[in-house]
Parts: sequence; structure tokens; C-alpha cells
Amino acid sequence: MCFFPLFRSKENRLTMGLPNASGDLSTEVEVDAFRRLFPLRFYEKHLLESIRPDARPLGRARETTIALALAKIGSTTMLAAIKMEVMTPSLETPDEGCIAIDFHMPPICSPIVRPGRPAEGAPVVAKQLSDTILSSGMINLKELSLVSGKAAWMAYLDIYCLDADGALFDTALLSAVAAFSHLEIPVVSLNDDGKIVLSEEQGLSDREPVNKEKRKINLSSVPFSLTCVLHKNYILADPTAEEESIMDTIVTVVLDSSSQLVSLHKPGGTVLAYTSAIQDCIALTRQRVKELQKILEEGISGMEVD
Amino acid sequence: MEVDREDGRSQNQLRPLACSRNILHRAHGSASWSQGDTKVLAAVYGPKAGTKKNENPEKACIEVIWKPKTGQIGKPEKEYEMILKRTLESICILTVNPNTTTSIIVQVVNDDGALLPSAINAACMALVDAGIPMKHLAVAICCCVAKSGYVILDPTKLEEQKMKAFAYLVFPNSVRSVLPEGSLRVEGEPIENGIITSVTHGIMSVDDYFYCLERGRAASVKLSDFLRRNLQQQSTDSSKAG
Repeated sequence: MCFFPLFRSKENRLTMGLPNASGDLSTEVEVDAFRRLFPLRFYEKHLLESIRPDARPLGRARETTIALALAKIGSTTMLAAIKMEVMTPSLETPDEGCIAIDFHMPPICSPIVRPGRPAEGAPVVAKQLSDTILSSGMINLKELSLVSGKAAWMAYLDIYCLDADGALFDTALLSAVAAFSHLEIPVVSLNDDGKIVLSEEQGLSDREPVNKEKRKINLSSVPFSLTCVLHKNYILADPTAEEESIMDTIVTVVLDSSSQLVSLHKPGGTVLAYTSAIQDCIALTRQRVKELQKILEEGISGMEVD
Repeated sequence: MEVDREDGRSQNQLRPLACSRNILHRAHGSASWSQGDTKVLAAVYGPKAGTKKNENPEKACIEVIWKPKTGQIGKPEKEYEMILKRTLESICILTVNPNTTTSIIVQVVNDDGALLPSAINAACMALVDAGIPMKHLAVAICCCVAKSGYVILDPTKLEEQKMKAFAYLVFPNSVRSVLPEGSLRVEGEPIENGIITSVTHGIMSVDDYFYCLERGRAASVKLSDFLRRNLQQQSTDSSKAG
């Protein structure tokens, strides 16, 4: 059953359609029917040729862009926002701020999310994100302190998924990193009552701001991730939603900029991961970290020119 | 290298294991599992007719309900539910009972570290007790990496908090087969070396992770021997009673 063109992009379909122009329409219908009826076999035919239906080689991720805190990997789109609030730090950690991370999947992002009912996967991604961001040590919580024991910043990071087309965690982490990398902390000062107030609002120049040098957060050892799908002996990097639903073994590797392992997440799946597969996934992630570092740098420097 | 642990165990030593099955009357299958002071109860109801929404009706559907010791369920419990569900789906034969749902209820009795691995072991034994068709068992283990790089197994809650990183690893149980040795190997590795589930917390080097894998695999052999003995023992007991 080799009746469909290997490349699905428009140009290829045209050139490949020319020799047998008579059966062009019927071939196309048959390909779509085959894809819907036997999705796994459709994918396996491609994998044999080391190519994917969207014309990517197995190990390549989709095109990735970052604009402010809007991250796109392929068509998966996430928007991150950070809100800052002054809070009283807890007694155990009087000189540390706090970060609260949430991940939202509104009904707009995917046909399987229904309004009114929260998406099943959302709290899991949120938990994974906060584990990764907090344990990676990307943000020194001490930098969020204002007055030891009295006041510290509480940063609420909310990530909205606008289009869920696979690799949700990767895109969410990227948008979170992008949001933190151009977070600007407002200048605040202590007023006579010992409360924290915005300096600009008060218009008082005599009061010394408490966080003059702390307008930016220093990001050390930024974590980057790559999700792979395992199927038989194949490893597909950066899967789309279709690939994730057809091949159910998903491995997410998070490495920081010094190549330390922050997380290796494999929740079940039909394929058992042997040492070689894990090593391959880590090697793919190493490559991806370099790509993402470059994309992030370009995203930030692009902002500064504006 | 000798490591001091508060309870005097050596670094590869597990806490005492205990498992009993068929302890609940109404459930189709049940098991309690304890390692040290961590204790988990699991009950299985099913296969019940029909699958949940958005699930494939051509396969059996597995549903996991996590009940914490106290309070409401939050994000960590949701994550545990998802990991347990995916792990159990991968060890059960889902095509035998299509269009059915099997519910697994996990009740935490006491949490003293290595909670998720204990829950996986308990759920697995409860599935066996309920007679749900399975490809193989799953054995779960927790490995902790200390700041100085040594690895300890089956940590208590205190040790889990002190260590810089830990990994929950789930492997298939070791198989005994009439086939000649080596015929069950995949890519030169025995089948029980394959990772079903891996969850890590905290930063470790890649080498540390592979060291954890090695230690975890060694311990999983002991664990799967325990499971095998426990299952054989109780099946002979019940045949005597019946």
C-alpha cells in the first residue's frame, strides 16, 4: 500500500501529482482515508523512510520563535505573564520571595477541552513546571526579598495555552523562561508606616528606594527541555498532538545550561526505555538546548533594540 | 563507601516490606503494601461497562483515584494519578476487555517517603488480586542522590528532604522463562532493564542518573523476588482454605 506521496507539503504534492495527474484527486482522498483509518501504519510507513508526515527528520524539532513571553514551537502557542505582589515572607525563610506557577488550558486551545470542566493535563503540566523551575535554581529566591523578615516579592507566573499541538511542557517552560528574562521589577520604597509603596506613584524623591539595584532578575542555569516520543526503535523529537496521541510513550528531558539533568520524566507508555534510548534522548536534548539558548538570546536582544 | 543513615541501614538496603492481598470484602481486588512506615492501600473495581469520555472504546480504560491521608487532592496528587494511570496502562493487556473501565483507588495510610513507588507496587498487587490481565508486574523503587554523589535506596521522608535529588523508577519484574537465556533480550539488555516510568526531582548529573538506574535495577530484582514469593505463598494458602 504505497499509494501516497511521502511529503505532505504543497509544493511536493504538486510535483509528485504531475506524472499521474489522472488519479490525483483519488490518491489524495485515499491518503487522507488511510491516515484516518490506520494512523499507526501511516506513521510507520514514514518512519521506515526516516521522515515524518510534516517533512521533518525524526530528530528535528519544529520551528521555534519567542516574542516577549509568547513562545511558539510549531503551532503550539503559549503566553506567559508575571504579576508581582508584596507579601510578608514566612518565618522559616525571612529573606526569600516566592513564586507561584499556574498553567491554564482554556477551551480555545484544543477540541478535547470543554468549557466549565478543567483540562485533565493542565494541573500535571503546572506541577511539572513549578518543580522544574524551582528545583533548577534558575531564580535565586533571595533576590526577591525586599526587607528581610518584613517584605518580599510574590511572583505569580501564569501560562496560557492558546494552541495545544503537542510538546506542551517544552513550550510552557520556554515561555516561562522568556517571561522571567524580561521581567522588570518596579521600584518601591518604604513609607512612614513601614509599608511598601511604588516610588513613582508617591512622587517622593527623598525616600530611598529599597530595590534600586534589583530591577532585573539574574537567571542562572536556565533549564530547557525536549519531549520525545518513543515508538519501537524510533525516537521522534518534539511530537505534534497527533503523534503524541498515536504513539503513547513520551519522554521529557530537562537539562540546564551546564548540562545537568533537571528532570527525566517518562510516565509509562507501551515502549520500555532501555539505556541506549535514554542516552539518545539526552543527546537530542543537548543539541536542542544549544538551539533554544540561541533563540532565547535572539529574542531578548531583539527586544532591547526596540 | 559507608554512609550513615538514621535508621542504621546500609545504602542499598530497603526497609522491611509487607504485602497482603484480598483484605477488602467489596472490592474486586485489593492489597495493602508497606515499606517501613509508608503504607498504602489499593482497591480495584472493574472491569465495569463503558469507557470514559475521550478514551478509546476499543481498549480497556484505567481510572486512578488517589486519596491522600488528609485533606483535599491538589496538583501533586493529580500528577500521581496521571503517572499511576499511564504506568498501569502500560502493564495491563488492554485489548482483552475493550470498552470497559477499571477503577483503582489508592488510599495513603501513612507517608514516610517513597510514596509513589509504594502506591505503584500496591496498585499492581491489587490488579493481580482482581485478576485483571497483565503483561508483567511493575516494580517501583526510589533512589536518592546526595550532595556528595552517593546514592541511597528507599529513603524515608526525612532523607528525601535532605537529599539534593531523587528519582522514582519503575521496571518490569524479572521474568523466569523456559526459553533459553538471552532470547528475551532487547538490544542486548534483559527485559527487566527497560524503564516503564521515570520521575525525577532536583538537579543531578547525567552520570548520577545512570548510576541510580543501575542501583535501582539491582534492587528491583530483590523486590520482584519478594512479589513472586508473596503471590505464590498466598495462592497456596487460599487453595488450602478453599
